[in-house]
Amino acid sequence: MIEVKNVTKKYGEHIAVNNLSFTVEKGKIYGFLGPNGAGKSTTMNIITGCLAATEGQVLINGLDIFEEPVKVKNFIGYLPEQPPLYLDMTPYEFLYFVAEAKGVDKGEIDDELDEVMKITQIEDVQDRLIRNLSKGYRQRVGIAQAMLGDPEVIILDEPTVGLDPKQIIEIRELIHSLGQKCTVILSSHILSEISAICDHVIIISRGNMVANDTIENLSVNYTGKSTILLTVKGAEGKIRMALNDISEILEYEMETDENINHLKITIGLEADIREKLFYKFSEIDCPILSMVTENLSLEDVFLRLTKDETESEVAKLLKEKVIKEDDLYEDEEDDEDEEEYESMFGKKGDDN
Amino acid sequence: MGAVYKRELKSYFTGMIGYIFIAFLLIVTGIFAAATNFRGRYPAFEVVLSNVNLIMLLIVPILTMRVMAEEKSAKTDQLMFSLPVSMSQIVISKYLAMCTVYLIPICVMALYPIVLSFFGTVYFLSAFSGLLGYYLLGCALISIGMFLSSLTESQVIAAVMSFGVLLALFLMRGLTSMMPQTAQASYIGFAALLLAFSLVVYLMTKNYWIAFTVAAVSEIILAIVYQFNRIWFGGAFQSLMTWLSLFDRVDSFIYGLFDLTAVVYYLSVIVIFIFLSVQSIEKRRWS
Repeated sequence: MIEVKNVTKKYGEHIAVNNLSFTVEKGKIYGFLGPNGAGKSTTMNIITGCLAATEGQVLINGLDIFEEPVKVKNFIGYLPEQPPLYLDMTPYEFLYFVAEAKGVDKGEIDDELDEVMKITQIEDVQDRLIRNLSKGYRQRVGIAQAMLGDPEVIILDEPTVGLDPKQIIEIRELIHSLGQKCTVILSSHILSEISAICDHVIIISRGNMVANDTIENLSVNYTGKSTILLTVKGAEGKIRMALNDISEILEYEMETDENINHLKITIGLEADIREKLFYKFSEIDCPILSMVTENLSLEDVFLRLTKDETESEVAKLLKEKVIKEDDLYEDEEDDEDEEEYESMFGKKGDDN
Repeated sequence: MGAVYKRELKSYFTGMIGYIFIAFLLIVTGIFAAATNFRGRYPAFEVVLSNVNLIMLLIVPILTMRVMAEEKSAKTDQLMFSLPVSMSQIVISKYLAMCTVYLIPICVMALYPIVLSFFGTVYFLSAFSGLLGYYLLGCALISIGMFLSSLTESQVIAAVMSFGVLLALFLMRGLTSMMPQTAQASYIGFAALLLAFSLVVYLMTKNYWIAFTVAAVSEIILAIVYQFNRIWFGGAFQSLMTWLSLFDRVDSFIYGLFDLTAVVYYLSVIVIFIFLSVQSIEKRRWS
């Protein structure tokens, strides 16, 4: 339904987006991932027609956004990075204005506003001036604005930035429910967020696309294996023999430096062979000097990934770095959330 | 389109700008009318309007400064770009909203001739044609202010630029009459004008080379024409300036004439500056 063809955007000499091509299919949630300045917002602005591409073309339902802008914009709801709100209006007035401008029938505007405000939970603040609303509420008004007029695609640029953890979870649920009705494209620089809601991920770095795959495929690539780093003292041959006895080991690399062996052992995710290794090496009289399980968070991998320019290097990284699945979504996130909560409430207490 | 117009119109009255604009215009008109019509016992209201001209210099920039600049600085222009409404519709809606705000004091002013008619004979036709001329002048000035506001994201800069341009237009006749009528003076005048035009080109495109090329090519052509046809230049700059002087056109209305060429002139100015505003905003997508 959306086709991005060889889109390039240059600001003077600086290339913001470099020859980007991908297609967006109907009824899925797409995640746009990249560090700050990777070209996410630029790409989204180009898709929505807010910005013209230097080269290339964007087709939405087969229509070029620059040839038939008015028609195409009826298909799209867009929340830019900074929610475009008129501060001197109330959310109700603002949403009414947007609904009118999007050509919603007069009789249906109120029903649609009620529905949208209910979903985004801004009913309580609908008569306050947007100027006086907090960042989180402004963001919600921005999302509500994008939802109006039943667009086929909703494009959200960093929708959870500046929200508190509870709001982030709510917005994620909201996006999830939006995904049932229409296509959603959202951008973020937080990988865990994308992996929690999106079906499909497009990773860009410095204007280049480095990955374009479904979440399932990516997580197999990212998280299928786990790594143990070992430093063992002893003869190389002895150690190799010992390692061959352990069936869980998928592969290992070894570097020897005067009787000190640095090992990198790759195992399946579910296997925990640390105890086995300990007893095995003690059996053969080779003391373990250090043993570390590689526990890279998805963010770390992503950061490493986006540092590299070429896809082959990325692929290499994928093989090397492995993450433990459980750490990714639940544990770490919850910890973060709790911490943020504490710091938030702590601050509030101080203020009082 | 209607939605944008309504929102714009409302925004002038949720803030102060609409009220300031209307109040200021009415107070000044009231003072002049009290002095001329009521104390001076003079029945022609259109004379008052010629005195109120000067006030337009101050209040038109106040009305127009935020119209485009604010959208850009508050990033709401992205909403405008993503709405299924074309840029020219948005610009025209915004322009019409300002013209509507300006229509309010004009309607109030229309009461003066009616009130005056209770005390003597008033020529309604000349009074109302004066008001029409004055309204058209204001609308033309507003379109210029809107264009200047679309060039920047700072409201202050927009206001100062508008004031400067309107002041130059206001003083145009006085300034040109001071210039010597010689061909050489005309040549210098044209050369300066082309440089100013190149500056505007630079402001709109932010591209040194385009502006420089425009300046160089136009100056060379001017120099060649000057070399071969000096006689043509005598007094030509004055004619051009007088022709460009927006404020002078309203005079015929104030003298009680319904000047159709002036109506066409003002409408052309309005169309040109609306067009330029649309281009200047469309241009942002390509930067």
